[in-house]
Amino acid sequence: MHHPVKLGANDVQWCFSQVKGAIDDDVAEADIISTVEFNHSGELLATGDKGGRVVIFQQEQETKGQPHSRGEYNVYSTFQSHEPEFDYLKSLEIEEKINKIRWLPQKNAAQFLLSTNDKTIKLWKISERDKRPEGYNLKEEDGRYRDPSTVTTLRVPVFRPMDLMVEASPRRVFANAHTYHINSISVNSDYETYLSADDLRINLWHLEITDRSFNIVDIKPANMEELTEVITAAEFHPNQCNTLVYSSSKGTIRLCDMRAAALCDKHSKLFEEPEDPSNRSFFSEIISSISDVKFSHNGRYMMTRDYLSVKIWDLNMENRPVETYQVHEYLRSKLCSLYENDCIFDKFECCWNGNDSVVMTGSYNNFFRMFERGHRRDLTLEASRESSKPRAVLKPRKVCAGGKRKKDEISVDSLDFNKKILHTAWHPQDNIIAVATTNNLYIFQDKMN
Amino acid sequence: MSTENQETEAQFESEEEKQDSQEKNSNPVKAEEAKLKAKYPNLGQKPGGSDFLMKRLQKGQKYFDSGDYNMAKAKMKNKQLPAAGPDKNLVTGDHIPTPQDLPQRKSSLVTSKLVG
Repeated sequence: MHHPVKLGANDVQWCFSQVKGAIDDDVAEADIISTVEFNHSGELLATGDKGGRVVIFQQEQETKGQPHSRGEYNVYSTFQSHEPEFDYLKSLEIEEKINKIRWLPQKNAAQFLLSTNDKTIKLWKISERDKRPEGYNLKEEDGRYRDPSTVTTLRVPVFRPMDLMVEASPRRVFANAHTYHINSISVNSDYETYLSADDLRINLWHLEITDRSFNIVDIKPANMEELTEVITAAEFHPNQCNTLVYSSSKGTIRLCDMRAAALCDKHSKLFEEPEDPSNRSFFSEIISSISDVKFSHNGRYMMTRDYLSVKIWDLNMENRPVETYQVHEYLRSKLCSLYENDCIFDKFECCWNGNDSVVMTGSYNNFFRMFERGHRRDLTLEASRESSKPRAVLKPRKVCAGGKRKKDEISVDSLDFNKKILHTAWHPQDNIIAVATTNNLYIFQDKMN
Repeated sequence: MSTENQETEAQFESEEEKQDSQEKNSNPVKAEEAKLKAKYPNLGQKPGGSDFLMKRLQKGQKYFDSGDYNMAKAKMKNKQLPAAGPDKNLVTGDHIPTPQDLPQRKSSLVTSKLVG
C-alpha cells in the first residue's frame, strides 16, 4: 500500500547536496558508474566505472562557520584500477569494468580497498603524504646528486610539510582463480579473509596470500546441460566470521557455515518463498532472480532485491520473508517489452541505513525508492539536474499505473527505461546517501534544523 | 429467425471479449506472456533455463576461425577486400578482420568525469 509520506517534524526531508559528473547527455561507455561504496566511517566514498577507474571522494571536516551543514564530498584520489585484457588461451575478452569495491576497516593511517572486475581482484592502498625529507647531504633539493668533494659540513635531513599528496598503489593482485565472471566480493569480520563469487563458484582468500585461494562453494554441474541456476551475489555475515550467504538466479538464498565442512555445497539454511503455481509464467524465473543480497548491520536480517521487489528475511525463518516491498509493481504489465529491450535483466542493488530502519533501492526514470520498515511507509525520489539547487528539498514522485493521471504524477508509459539507478549507498551513521545515475553521482542528505 | 440467431451469437461474442479483458486486468503478467508468445512463437520451452544461463556464462567470448580467414583471403585474392559490416565486433566468416576492425582495447587514459 502506498501511503504518502508526511514530512513532519520528526521525518527526514531529503535535500540535494552535490552532483558529480558531466552534464551532457552523450555518455561515454567508460563513464558509466558500476559501483558505489562508503567506507566504514563514511568519511570516504568510492565509485568504480566501466572504464576500470576508481574515484574516491572525502568528506570535508565540518567548519565552525557552517554548523548546520555537513561537509561536502570532494575528490580525494583517483586511479586506474583495472585495464582491459584478452585471454588468448580461452579467446575471452576481459572487461575492465569495476564490478564491486569493498573497503577494509581502517587499521592504520592508510586506507585499503578491494576492487574487482570480472576476473581479478586487487587490494589498493591509499595513503597520504604531507611531509617530505629535506636537507640531504648528497642530493640537491631537485634530486641531482652532489659531488661528494663539495660537501664540507654534514646536516641531519628533516621532514618539512608539503602539499598533501594522496597516493594509490596496488598492494596485492588476486588473479586466476575464477573461470566465470566475478559478481561479488565480501570482507570477512575477521579482517583477514574475504570471499569472491562468480556465477558458479565462491572462493575464500587470505588478504596476505595471492597465489592460492580455497574453493568453498561449487555449484557447477558435472554436465553443463543440466545447469539450472547460477550464483548472483554473496556476502559474509557482519559479525559471524563462519557464516556467508549466496543468492541464485532462481530466487533462493543459501546460508553456509564454514565450520560444517571445507566445501560448503550443502547449505545450512535455504531461504525460499514458495510461488503460487497459478502465477507461474514465462517471466517468473527471470523476475525472481536475485540481483543483490545484503545483511543488516545488526546481522539479524538480510535483504534481497529481485526485479520487482525488495524482501527482508529473518535469518531464523527460511520459508518466507518477513517483509516484502514492491519497488515498481506497475512494471508487471510491461514485462513483454522489458524482456525485448533486455531491461528485465537489469541488476538493481539495495542498501540499509545505519540503524537498519530504512532500506533503499533504485528504479527507472532516475527514480529511487526508500522503505521505512517500522512505519511501513515508502518514498519515491528522483535524481535529476532539475532538482539540483543547493539544499533544495526533494519532491516525492508518484507513478500513475493506470486510469486518470493526477497532476505531478508520471504515467508508466512516460518512464525513461534508459535512466536506471542500479547503485546506491547509505552513509553508515548519518542520513547521507549516494545515488548513481548512468554517469552522474548524486549526494543527498537530510535537512538539518 | 436467422437474424435472431445472429443477434444472439453477436451478444455471446461480446461477453467473451468482456471476459478476456477482465482476465487481462486481473493477471497482467499472463497477458504479457501471451503477447510475447504471439510475437515469438518459437521461444524456448525452458524459460530462463539453460540457454539464457549459458549466454550469461559465455559473456566476452570472441570467435575467430583461421580456416575461414584463410579461405576468405584466398577467395578475395583478386577482388576487393570486403569491408567490415555494421557490427564490427562480429568478425567471422567471409569478412577478413583487419587491425582497424578490432575493437580498441586501450585502457582509458582519460580521467573520470566525476573528478571536477
